[in-house]
Amino acid sequence: MAAEIVSFMLNGRETVVVTNPLETLQSVLRDRLGYMATKSGCSQGGCGSCTVLVNGEPMVSCLLPAKDIEGQEVTTLEGLTKSGAGEIHPIQQAFYDNFAMQCGYCTPGMIMVSKALIDRAQRAGTHPTHDEIAEAISGNVCRCTGYQSIFEAISDASHRISGHEWSGGRDIGGKTK
Amino acid sequence: MTAENKQAELNVVGHSVPRRDGLGHVKGATVYYEDRQFNDMLYLKMVRSPVAHGRLKGIDFSEAEKVRGFVTALTHKDVPNNIYTILRLIGVGPDDEPVLAEDRVRWKGEAIAAILAETVEAAQRAASLVKLDIEEVEAVFDVEEALKPGAPIIADTGVNYFIYENEMDHRQVRLGDVEKAFQEADYIVESRFQSSPIEHAPTETTGCIVVPEADGRYTVYTNTQALFFSLDNAGITLDLPFEKMHFVGGTSGGGFGGKVDVIVEPIAILAAMKTGRPVKFKYSRPEEMTISSPRGAWRLYYKDGVMKDGRIIARKVTTYADSGAYNRHTPYAVTKHAANAAGPYNIPNVAIDAYCVYTNKAPSSAMRGFAVTMSTWAIEQQMDKIAEVVGLDPWAIRFINAYKDGDMKPHHKVVEDATLIEVMQAAAEMAGVDLPQEYKEMSSMQEVSHG
Repeated sequence: MAAEIVSFMLNGRETVVVTNPLETLQSVLRDRLGYMATKSGCSQGGCGSCTVLVNGEPMVSCLLPAKDIEGQEVTTLEGLTKSGAGEIHPIQQAFYDNFAMQCGYCTPGMIMVSKALIDRAQRAGTHPTHDEIAEAISGNVCRCTGYQSIFEAISDASHRISGHEWSGGRDIGGKTK
Repeated sequence: MTAENKQAELNVVGHSVPRRDGLGHVKGATVYYEDRQFNDMLYLKMVRSPVAHGRLKGIDFSEAEKVRGFVTALTHKDVPNNIYTILRLIGVGPDDEPVLAEDRVRWKGEAIAAILAETVEAAQRAASLVKLDIEEVEAVFDVEEALKPGAPIIADTGVNYFIYENEMDHRQVRLGDVEKAFQEADYIVESRFQSSPIEHAPTETTGCIVVPEADGRYTVYTNTQALFFSLDNAGITLDLPFEKMHFVGGTSGGGFGGKVDVIVEPIAILAAMKTGRPVKFKYSRPEEMTISSPRGAWRLYYKDGVMKDGRIIARKVTTYADSGAYNRHTPYAVTKHAANAAGPYNIPNVAIDAYCVYTNKAPSSAMRGFAVTMSTWAIEQQMDKIAEVVGLDPWAIRFINAYKDGDMKPHHKVVEDATLIEVMQAAAEMAGVDLPQEYKEMSSMQEVSHG
């Protein structure tokens, strides 16, 4: 079978790769381009550790054929670090400050789904509710934290981004304006 | 020293300390073993036993060798000392588990041959085409069935239990006289508990990459939880001087005890030695869930003699650890278990019999407090049951029986630094439980008479 050429935007940069037919975006990012923040916990769409944003929406890159991202915008965790205000993005800072990671392996996927969730909530003028966070991270497995600190980090991040005071712990949801 | 003084001197306890690796984690900059790329790397896939118990009579690689990208295959004949050295390295021994199966397979999934290929896909395809000549024999999956006369024998020692100090079929702990105390007890409370195996399911699966260096050494990038333990084991298994290996680790995408089994490194190093190329051996997600060792299942029987006032005067415990087909860490775990199987209670008459039993299942091993966790799980259910039988509050039954400094533990060690009472007092406060005054005033320090 013939190789395919795929061009797409990766973290704001034009990128062209040669791929095998049915090669996944995960394989393109990690093996061909060396973008290692995108993890590989199961390669069957079950753990969420390889989640990236495609046009702002979270997708598991291990199940996504690379040719489907032709002409699309892909964002990995490396892209978030670069584009965030200051050194790191407020979501990354909130994950760090709230101990929302331990071994760190699910963290890239968690942060990417959080980014999509918070962006959506911001557009609606709200902070994500507890149920919305649960729904958003339902495809991402964390074996260390027990998830509570992740809920808190996402709420904290949403408040930071809209310039609100976050009172911590159970302060989840509400309006941004 | 008062509690306040202690607090003032502490720099970490009571303070929030940022994770050293936390910024790397949130930036995606932390380097896990698999985040390294090497030119010319080969991929290792295992040919595994499709049956739980059998005689291995032959391996035919002829179809596998035709797969495009196939490089070579390794069998037990290639392994210098074909045995894992887990027990010898923790001073228990003897070891029993081959790196690659020889003439028998003892669990479904046991490694038989290692396939090396240019891509993961080629390695997988070639492994699936290896023809195994295996005569399946009767298997046993239940710990008590495995100990009955006539049960299929799994271990080379000829018995389905680990032999302690070359003579004992199990671990025994004795204090006082349980049978006599049972005669004196107002109530006898008996229970049977059975736990299930538990997989750690780390989000990063077990694996390593081995790189042959120009100076003749092998760099081993691994997510093991036991770096030097893995190095020692690999050195003994491969007859390789320790200084020929450089283990690089410390970053693991979750372990919980599941990555202390030193399983992947020796064969990957051997593959790098044989081929002269970097080798990656990564468990697939299905392998992690079915091949990596789980927390072992335990069967526990408790028989307690209890007085009307709630005092437990006798406890007889008989337990069976399901070690699976090989030892791994279970014989050590059973010893630890036997010392703790009566719980943190002051019971004058105790008899504990703990067996490490082989079955035709995946070998079980370490996981978060293993062996003690399972007895605690059983004991605390038993305590609730006793409370119900005697008609006492579950808190009361625990305060009445809690051990204190100076009490004698079943394995004849005097209790020191007991904190059960204080922990329960704190837990009650956090849970909003108002304890009776006598329990609030209780202390783990024994009252000393000043006569």
